[in-house]
Amino acid sequence: MAKVLVVTSGKGGVGKTTSTAALGAALAQMGQNVVVIDFDVGLRNLDLVMGAERRVVFDLINVVQGVAKLPQALIRDKRLENLWLLPASQTRDKDALTEEGVKRVIADLKTKFDWILCDSPAGIERGATLAMRYADEAIIVTNPEVSSVRDSDRIIGMLDSKTARAERGERVEKHLLVTRYDAGRAARGEMLSIDDILEILATPLLGIVPESQDVLRASNVGCPVTLNNAGSAPARAYSDAVRRLMGEQIEMKVPVERKGLMDRLLRRRAA
Amino acid sequence: MNLMRLFGGRAGSAPVARERLQILLAHERGRSGAPDLLETLRSEILSVVSKHVDLDPDKIVIRMDRGKFVSMLEVDIEVPNGVQRSKMVAAS
Repeated sequence: MAKVLVVTSGKGGVGKTTSTAALGAALAQMGQNVVVIDFDVGLRNLDLVMGAERRVVFDLINVVQGVAKLPQALIRDKRLENLWLLPASQTRDKDALTEEGVKRVIADLKTKFDWILCDSPAGIERGATLAMRYADEAIIVTNPEVSSVRDSDRIIGMLDSKTARAERGERVEKHLLVTRYDAGRAARGEMLSIDDILEILATPLLGIVPESQDVLRASNVGCPVTLNNAGSAPARAYSDAVRRLMGEQIEMKVPVERKGLMDRLLRRRAA
Repeated sequence: MNLMRLFGGRAGSAPVARERLQILLAHERGRSGAPDLLETLRSEILSVVSKHVDLDPDKIVIRMDRGKFVSMLEVDIEVPNGVQRSKMVAAS
């Protein structure tokens, strides 16, 4: 049974696209058939983070408008054969994406894939509501920062009221993914702790991704962080998150990036 | 600055962040949680009170704070002095 998952946040720049790519790749590594869809019409970036930017011919809007067929727009990942991308359009006409069209595309994808990951645009406007519209589950990406937590709260409210499931009286299962977490700073009281965030947002925790140079390094080369350096702390955090999504019980650890002396000395030059 | 922090010169800012968020979200959840309910309450309270007192519709603030165990409905109505149409009705 296909699952539609939206990766959302409200605030921009918290790591929705990075997380979509990393989670999508990790799911595919576990043998699942996965498609990641970029809903950020006008400002597409998922193709870039996945390293497929030069292979985009048709996009989501083309499919919605009937210019292209779905198989023509789907791009297969070069590294994993069961990972696919449906890119966003760079057209500036955001109204080209209709609710009816999105519904049709998602219904179509449901027959072909196990997981459909929707990378939401930032904000609370139409693009974000369309991305979450047909979601069965939602991952809310949050940084340990006041503006991000506040916007996540708004998004949680929208997930409970504006999705197709909510309107049918059903629930969209919600998961919190905290990114750019620095356990040391949290311990020193310089950063909201996981417990603070969980208490404020009252949403179950899916994973904690540590602040790490590996994340930027992976997006620089256009490779999901879970594939680029599978042993790195963020990759392990994303892999654990995916296993939790699939129902495994895994102890929640705060992953720490190990830094050697040379790393510390060369910190400014790395990444 | 780092040295000062090392010697315990300054407490972390996270507790402040946490407190600010809790206060802010308590207000915002009331507002966005059930916009229809609050708008209905607002217009009905407005119509009842304005039967007896001249009111500026903008001077009515209705807010709902949702707590874990108890929710609070706060109605704040500013009544201008000396323009009562009939006898004043206490409304709060």
